Amino acid sequence: MATAGLHDSELGELQRRLIILRVGLLLVVALLGLQLWYLQIREGPYYRDLSENNRTRSVIMEPARGLIYDRNGVLLANNVPSFTLYVSLEEVKDRDLLIDQLSNLLGLDAALVRNKLTARGNKQLPRKVKDRLTLREATLVESHRLDLPGVMVQVESQRNYPGGVTASHLLGYVGEVSPEQLEKPEFADLHQGSIVGQYGVEKFFDRLVRGQAGQKSIEVDAVGHEKRTVVVEQPHAGDNLYLTIDVRLQKVAENLLGEESGAIVALDPRTGDVLAMASRPGFDPNILSRELTPKQWAEIVQDEGRPLNNRASQGQYPPGSIFKVMMAAAALETKTVTPSTSIYCNGGYQFGRRVYHDWKAGGHGAVDLRHALVQSCDVYFYTVGQRMGIETIASFAHQFGLGEETGIELPSERVGIVPSEAWKQKAKNEAWLPGETVSASIGQGYVSVTPLQMASLIGTVANDGVTFRPRLVQAVMDRATGELQQRTAVPKRTLKLRPEILPLIKEALAGVVKEGTGTRAQSALVTIAGKTGTAQTMALRTGPKKDIPKKFRDHAWFVAFAPVEAPTIAVAVLAEHMGHGGSASAPLAKELIETYVKLDLPAPSGVTDGAVAREEDARGRDRDDRPGD
Amino acid sequence: MIDRVINSRGFDNFDFRYIGLIFVILGIGVLSIYSVTHDQGVAFPFYAKQIVWIVLGTVAFLVMWLSDYHRIARLAYPAYAIILILLVVVLFEGKSSRGAQRWIPMGPFAFQPSEFAKLILILTLAHYYSETPRVGWLQRVVLPGLLVLPGLLLILKQPDLGSGLSFLAVYAAMLLMVGMRSKALGVILLFSLMLFPFAWEMMWGSLHDYQRQRIMSFVDPVYDPGGKGYHALQSRIAIGAGELTGKGLYGGTQSQLKFLPEGHTDFVFSVFAEEWGFLGVLALLLLFVGLIWLSLEIVARAKDQLGALLAVGIICMLCFCVVINIGMTAGMFPIVGIPLPLMSYGGSATIMTMASLGLLLNVKRRRLSFF
Repeated sequence: MATAGLHDSELGELQRRLIILRVGLLLVVALLGLQLWYLQIREGPYYRDLSENNRTRSVIMEPARGLIYDRNGVLLANNVPSFTLYVSLEEVKDRDLLIDQLSNLLGLDAALVRNKLTARGNKQLPRKVKDRLTLREATLVESHRLDLPGVMVQVESQRNYPGGVTASHLLGYVGEVSPEQLEKPEFADLHQGSIVGQYGVEKFFDRLVRGQAGQKSIEVDAVGHEKRTVVVEQPHAGDNLYLTIDVRLQKVAENLLGEESGAIVALDPRTGDVLAMASRPGFDPNILSRELTPKQWAEIVQDEGRPLNNRASQGQYPPGSIFKVMMAAAALETKTVTPSTSIYCNGGYQFGRRVYHDWKAGGHGAVDLRHALVQSCDVYFYTVGQRMGIETIASFAHQFGLGEETGIELPSERVGIVPSEAWKQKAKNEAWLPGETVSASIGQGYVSVTPLQMASLIGTVANDGVTFRPRLVQAVMDRATGELQQRTAVPKRTLKLRPEILPLIKEALAGVVKEGTGTRAQSALVTIAGKTGTAQTMALRTGPKKDIPKKFRDHAWFVAFAPVEAPTIAVAVLAEHMGHGGSASAPLAKELIETYVKLDLPAPSGVTDGAVAREEDARGRDRDDRPGD
Repeated sequence: MIDRVINSRGFDNFDFRYIGLIFVILGIGVLSIYSVTHDQGVAFPFYAKQIVWIVLGTVAFLVMWLSDYHRIARLAYPAYAIILILLVVVLFEGKSSRGAQRWIPMGPFAFQPSEFAKLILILTLAHYYSETPRVGWLQRVVLPGLLVLPGLLLILKQPDLGSGLSFLAVYAAMLLMVGMRSKALGVILLFSLMLFPFAWEMMWGSLHDYQRQRIMSFVDPVYDPGGKGYHALQSRIAIGAGELTGKGLYGGTQSQLKFLPEGHTDFVFSVFAEEWGFLGVLALLLLFVGLIWLSLEIVARAKDQLGALLAVGIICMLCFCVVINIGMTAGMFPIVGIPLPLMSYGGSATIMTMASLGLLLNVKRRRLSFF
């Protein structure tokens, strides 16, 4: 205290300097106030948004896909609950640690998990890491919840196909939308992890079946605990589809093919309804809808049997003698021949320096058009085709729907080839050789078709020249309104043929089964008309067939319709590498038709009257024709 | 003691306002701590502990208020020696938390010597300046600087950047206030500027990773919300989201849902700002300004050099902590880990702050008791 007085002047100085502190304090507090005003008032709404985002976590609620039924209401595709593992990236503190934990806990491939977590996309949406967790796995994750920040298990609906392989190519399968798909406009409202149809009806009708995702806002704390659900925007389930197929017929068709590769298509010629469409080998869409490892995927893609190929709409084969149905109509329409024109078949057709053989050594003798169809005489059609020329053949082939899409509602339909001079110039940059017309006349050479095109062709003949666009979905039920919308059959084209031509051909095709190459399709239940075909896979026409390795053997075709008098079903059967159509495929067509007859399906609505009218019309024609015979 | 207060007419209207302000701010602090930690689910939650610290702090306040600050100042050098020893002890025996070794465990509690070191430094410097004739810059600047240096180095070694900076701030403020001549001031400023690059280099090199990250996060906190800038960004979100009127008590989602870490300690201001908005924040700032303004009054009317120096030191330390803390939570400064006086949870800090404020009031009481 003694010293205090010594510095009295300095005390005064110090007290005078207090003004520095006062001004400084006010200045600094004003600055603080300004910054707080800036944060809370000026930028307040922005920060409030940030804090809302901070506490609410958006969770996508995947919609249930629409159900798929067959024509009788049998369930073909539904949804089952399943556990899905998600990771919310924003909450992950240590990504490497989490990847380690997840791969240890669930036995997942660490690289795969890493890919999922690091993929591009909206970082605010949770990433799907694994679907179809078992109950055990789900419990395991839940019990380690505290050690796994950002990890959550959601119950979601998972696509399920109760029939397994049944109708797999038709139904298709689903899968996560790919990064490439996401960039397309039709997938604009989707996000990484969304499930979309990747094949078949699932893909073609995806827009209807997909539904609309909802969103859940869950308030979470910084540790990721859910506090409460704040907003719920309900997802909208996709529309239900009622297919035209009858699953009983479909199964029979698939069983008929058995282990062999091939396709069977059955249409209702009056509407274009696809009653059955089998392609073998098939696949299990339940497996493909799951997430496959690259290895599993490679196995499926590299399978020699190419199970992912829908042989019915994508398999392209030479039509062989089936082509003669179209050729006969063309020959009559162009008046190249009359029904009674006779051509002598000695077993070979000389053209230039080459001899084109008939399938029957020694020949059929003198044949008219009916005989040529019934016995499938090649020489007759070589001659007729040569007379008409390739351009005429091509134009009639186009009329019968070859070389173009049938318009079936499936993705990636193939169109086959209708060769012509212009086609060859374009495809091969070579001039058309006259000899190639000869091969084309019996459906060999460059000609190729799909089984579906053949079913449509024979259906057109059965339906007196009216082609219907093949139809797969007969009705769509809007899930939101519950409204069932019937889809109408769409006539595609009417053959421009003189009216007497098709009855003649139909009668000849009935003769094929009654007395010709297709007798093995004879049925005690129903009258069947048909045509056999054998599609050469290579230019081997001689030599013992048994010695040829199976993969080089011919494909066996058979097309048919029944009942002959008033057809309600048209069938195309293609059995790969099974040899002759008459022996390998005709019995299959017969069995399928018999099954169909036994099922006794009601006539499609709106068609009954027409069918009856046509039936009476046909009878009338029969009566008219008889006196002339 | 009590009769001495009454006899000396020590307790007047001024004291009432001063003590009232202190306890209002303390109350706001407890409320904010309660808001963040009320659902903690433990038997002895933070807000309850803080009340205990306040009770202990009140005792410290009374002791410092009612003793003679001249006698307290005479203990400054020994106290400084003891605190230096404790700062050495904490380096070896201390309890670590998040990479820093700052606490000496004492039963269920932990004692943080660096907090008390601040007050003792003020006492030491005030004692030094009031005892020593200050004729040249050696006595004015260098010698007190040498006094500060060992404590500063020991604190930085822990490391405790916040306390270290407070140390420097107290030293600088005292230098400025004890009548340094303008020429000397110019020299000092020149030297500081020249030495700054070297000092920065040295400091940067000696910083821990988390400290560097904190400073870096000041540069661009939005860069990585999950990483180094997390604290700064979450704190700004909390304050900004309060808007004009706040989200109400318990309504602060940033702190309630634990996005904002350390809501009860260094970031208690953000919690308050989120719940009470700009209006609440203005009120709080006014309370602090009011307290400091009253304290400046004490300096202005201080009877002797020692009292004035003590008061100035304490005010500067308080101001520094308040400004830096609010500034760092509002994103104006790097996150350096300075608690908000009277509001942040913490035993050592609360007791030390209240003791300091008691000492301040003591300066005023002494002035009155002379008459």
